[in-house]
Amino acid sequence: MYPKDTAYDVAATTPAPSGLVLPSYTRDEASHPALDTEEYNSTHLRAPKQPLQVLPHYLTEVTGPLLGHDRVGETDHDLTVQHEGEPLGERIIVSGRVLDSDGKPVPNTLVEIWQANSAGRYEHSGDRHPAPLDPNFSGTGRCMTDSDGFYKFITIKPGAYPWRNHDNAWRPAHIHLSLFGQAFTQRLITQMYFPGDPLFYQDPIFNSVRDPKARERMISRFDLDTTVPEWALSYKFDIVLRGREATPFEDDEEDDD
Amino acid sequence: MATPNTETTDTPVGTTPSQTVGPFFALPGGILWEDGPEVVGDGAPGAIVVHGRVLDGNGNPVPDAIVETWQADSQGRFDHFDDSRGTSTSFRGFGRCGTDVEGRYWIRTVKPGTLPTPDGATEAPHINVTVLARGLLNRVVTRIYFPDEQEANAADPVLSTVDADRRGTLIATAEDGGYQLDIRLQGDDETLFFAV
Repeated sequence: MYPKDTAYDVAATTPAPSGLVLPSYTRDEASHPALDTEEYNSTHLRAPKQPLQVLPHYLTEVTGPLLGHDRVGETDHDLTVQHEGEPLGERIIVSGRVLDSDGKPVPNTLVEIWQANSAGRYEHSGDRHPAPLDPNFSGTGRCMTDSDGFYKFITIKPGAYPWRNHDNAWRPAHIHLSLFGQAFTQRLITQMYFPGDPLFYQDPIFNSVRDPKARERMISRFDLDTTVPEWALSYKFDIVLRGREATPFEDDEEDDD
Repeated sequence: MATPNTETTDTPVGTTPSQTVGPFFALPGGILWEDGPEVVGDGAPGAIVVHGRVLDGNGNPVPDAIVETWQADSQGRFDHFDDSRGTSTSFRGFGRCGTDVEGRYWIRTVKPGTLPTPDGATEAPHINVTVLARGLLNRVVTRIYFPDEQEANAADPVLSTVDADRRGTLIATAEDGGYQLDIRLQGDDETLFFAV
């Protein structure tokens, strides 16, 4: 648990003179990697060196962009139909729920993904990996969660690819995900990995998450039940955003019991 | 039939960890939108451009960053159900810009209004900022304040608790048509970043 600062405690426990009542969100630094992770070279000149200052959860922090359905096209969730032909590789379904850490679904929130193609190559001018591009695969998708927090993408299993972080470094296969949740404090960028990947042990980005249980939360689960026979394998991946702290009113009720 | 590993339960046990956005987010049709930096359209009343550069510990540009902004409208209102004041607005409030080869970002927006806090203070006009980039395993968060709000800035419950010698890293400079503020991830004059 992140230590609370004084201003934060006062805001959460004293009656509000302004009549303004705001939710607050749990701080959960322990789940996340440290910014200055020695083994990941790109952190060396980019991770801030000074300590972060705790920001109280005021109006700007508890509200957030509610980006809507007008940002999502009809086939944006299906990365296999965005071009004339079908992309090469292993077709997969990736689905799950977006929840908060209280187990409540996060409805109607934008989920964005981007990934390499089945050969481990991004359609990006900066990607120099000498693996083929696929004219039928751009590697980007988006969808909204439904009212119960469910989301679903159809895509191609991404390939592993080399990078130059250390001697013979390879990224495990992964899909990048971007989530907004319902508050500025819930914003999350993460990566979904595949079960049993032999490259985990040497990957400094995966291993930047020090808690083994937290690391497991980035690994999807093969799910035979949602596999479509003779068409696609299926992986389940639930994404958990930070939850709300109990409001002072709820605390009061508990005290009365 | 044998069932695969189903250790994962339906009960979440903790937050999904953050990971880097990586260098390759700028794919065609990807997470950068053509109108991403345009919180308001060109010619909107009160439109300003806020811009600057994202720089690393050597003072070099960070050409593979995303700068995202979130703010109230000019009256201090949010288009959000958790704004318990019951005010309403259709203001998008959100901007998103990928940096260019010089590390430059920009958004076209309006200057936000002041905001009340639950404990009776008043927040000075500010824009919340998220920076994502290769090498950042979690987003970093900062704020942009305005130089022409000296009184409000002095009373702001967040800015006034920032060490005096670092406060300047959060205050933009005024220029014709808008404001400028560089974001320094590291090094001398490192931007003050917040734990949210």
